[in-house]
Amino acid sequence: MTAAKIIYNEVKGYHTFVKFLIILVSLGALASLVRLVFGLGVTTNLNDTFPWGLWISFDVVTAVPLAAGAFTLGAIVHCFHIKKLEPLVRPAIVTGFLGYSLVSIGLLVDLGQPQRAWHTLVYWNPHSPMFEVSMCIMAYTTVLFLEFLSPVCEKFGYHVPLRLLRTIEMPLVIAAAAISTLHQSSLGTFFLIAVDKLHSLWYNPLLPLLFWISAMCAGISIIIAEATMSHKYMGQPDESELLETLAKILPYVLTLYLTVRLFSLFALTEGPLFNRPSLVALFAVEMLAGVIAPLVMLMNESVREDSRLRSTAAWLVVFGVVMNRFNVSMFGMMEEGTMYFPSVIESVVTVGIIAAHVLFFVLIAKYFPIFEHHPETVDYSLPDTFHKTEKGHAPKGAVASKA
Amino acid sequence: MSEVTNDFSKSKAFLIDMTKCTGCRGCQVACKQWNQLDAEKTTFFTGEGYQNPPLMSEHTFTRIKFRDYEKNGQNEFAFYKEMCMHCNEPACASVCPVGAFKKTKEGPVTYDAKRCIGCRFCMVACPFGVPKYEWSKAFPLVRKCTGCYSRIKEGKKPACATTCPAAITYGNRGDMIKEASKRIESRPEKYLKKLYGAEEAGGTSVIYLTALPFDELGFKHVTKRPLPSYTWQALRLVPGIFLTVGGSLSLLSWFTHRKERIKKEAEQREATGKTPKEES
Repeated sequence: MTAAKIIYNEVKGYHTFVKFLIILVSLGALASLVRLVFGLGVTTNLNDTFPWGLWISFDVVTAVPLAAGAFTLGAIVHCFHIKKLEPLVRPAIVTGFLGYSLVSIGLLVDLGQPQRAWHTLVYWNPHSPMFEVSMCIMAYTTVLFLEFLSPVCEKFGYHVPLRLLRTIEMPLVIAAAAISTLHQSSLGTFFLIAVDKLHSLWYNPLLPLLFWISAMCAGISIIIAEATMSHKYMGQPDESELLETLAKILPYVLTLYLTVRLFSLFALTEGPLFNRPSLVALFAVEMLAGVIAPLVMLMNESVREDSRLRSTAAWLVVFGVVMNRFNVSMFGMMEEGTMYFPSVIESVVTVGIIAAHVLFFVLIAKYFPIFEHHPETVDYSLPDTFHKTEKGHAPKGAVASKA
Repeated sequence: MSEVTNDFSKSKAFLIDMTKCTGCRGCQVACKQWNQLDAEKTTFFTGEGYQNPPLMSEHTFTRIKFRDYEKNGQNEFAFYKEMCMHCNEPACASVCPVGAFKKTKEGPVTYDAKRCIGCRFCMVACPFGVPKYEWSKAFPLVRKCTGCYSRIKEGKKPACATTCPAAITYGNRGDMIKEASKRIESRPEKYLKKLYGAEEAGGTSVIYLTALPFDELGFKHVTKRPLPSYTWQALRLVPGIFLTVGGSLSLLSWFTHRKERIKKEAEQREATGKTPKEES
């Protein structure tokens, strides 16, 4: 059989949903090609009034906090040393790596001169939050790639690099947390320059801090939602017990967020707050459904223990963070009486990017040992010699004692 | 940028006395000619009165905004010449990731098209809504008033200031502010007793004198604080935060891993002579 035929047969065996995703991704790729050929002006609804639209609001400003699970969980597991959560780390890293790779693609599609993206590496402007974020995203994508190499090396049985990767694991985890803190917050710094443009419901000097805390909320929630779904739909192991622990941590972070949010809203905001009904409505939905409702839910033990309710609360938090990023980067920036709505091409590209995320996650989980990784079976000590790792915790699903 | 308090009184600035403007739009034409900008297909009465074109764009770096009002029972026109304000501390220059914008010592804020990656952050950041994008092109760049930097370096005045029959004075910023105050003092009944641009966005190189209140003419309400300081107050913390988070997490991990390490060492001591132990 030729390679093409093998691939064809493999793809033919996929679930219909996966095939559907492949179509969406292809459409997205086609749409970005159309955008590159015909230009931003023709293919998008962007103009001088709305220089930033859906691609910045979702593909960059929202997608980055949604990929925050990797650094949050890495720090919880390795730095705070809550080791039992470790089986969740790998899916989180895969999500993070995919998320950041797709953020980079989204950013490239949005740039007017994508072929010059490397200019940020050459012409430094440390006063620009955009410079800071692009440097961090490049650095962090590299870190995530290195972390992602572990399951890849295990799959192919490359033992020496695996040992090496394990040696630098802790520095990578700490670098991930430090770099993420910087760029998650700097995404908020973006909008500090929009004085008199961003509405007072969202504009305040603590915006960077709020972006960082809410990114952690989003990261933890995405892990809960994702693990629940991959158990339900992909037949992966049930990690309910671990998710309960995460669901116990989440309310603390949410409370911290709510406190800082309310403090900055009432103590540090200068302009009028409730002068535009539509924005007040958006704000109310964001806060009530996205922060307060899940916080109240997760404070009940019965909710944390119930897989369905727990995942509902997690989705609410994700919804709240998405709302928040759209309110800050899109709705809150609109002048009264102006309106932006994404074009077909813009929407198809963004849908393609979301579909690509799900698709690659499913495929990686299918071919690489992501969920079967149970670290209690692995020797994490620094290698004294470069002898081979024990054959066993490598091939997918084979060993992994269900401890 | 924010720590250095430059003296801008010697850099060049426009003093635009809107009460002397007749709405001839010679400045618009001169600007188009000098910068070789394409004509735009426009129609009259899309803006207020005879205002045309309706907005600044990639092809229009300056335009006269019209305002109809009534004075002593008669219809009157008031005008506002919209253009790049050439801020002393420009927001566009501070947010540009590749430093394509630069405040020159002569006054104009210039744009280096060869650096631009097209992220459009300048357009989001500019409090006056000045930078415009080449939406008509496949690989667009930003366009805006250059303050006729090439002319300034030759010792000439900008094209619009050269053409304008009455309203635009061009010279050192300090002198322009003095001149403006003098005009207000000598004709207090004619002028609004405020200068637009003296303090807006931390001070700009375009100073306006008007008869009508600024917001009625379409001037934007802009903070008096230099805009780059808003982001810099957060960004300056970046190296500190990086070291703090990195350092405290390293320290934390050292402590949390300590117990395990001690246990492991003890085990290893017990197991000396045997093969290195594999845990399971």
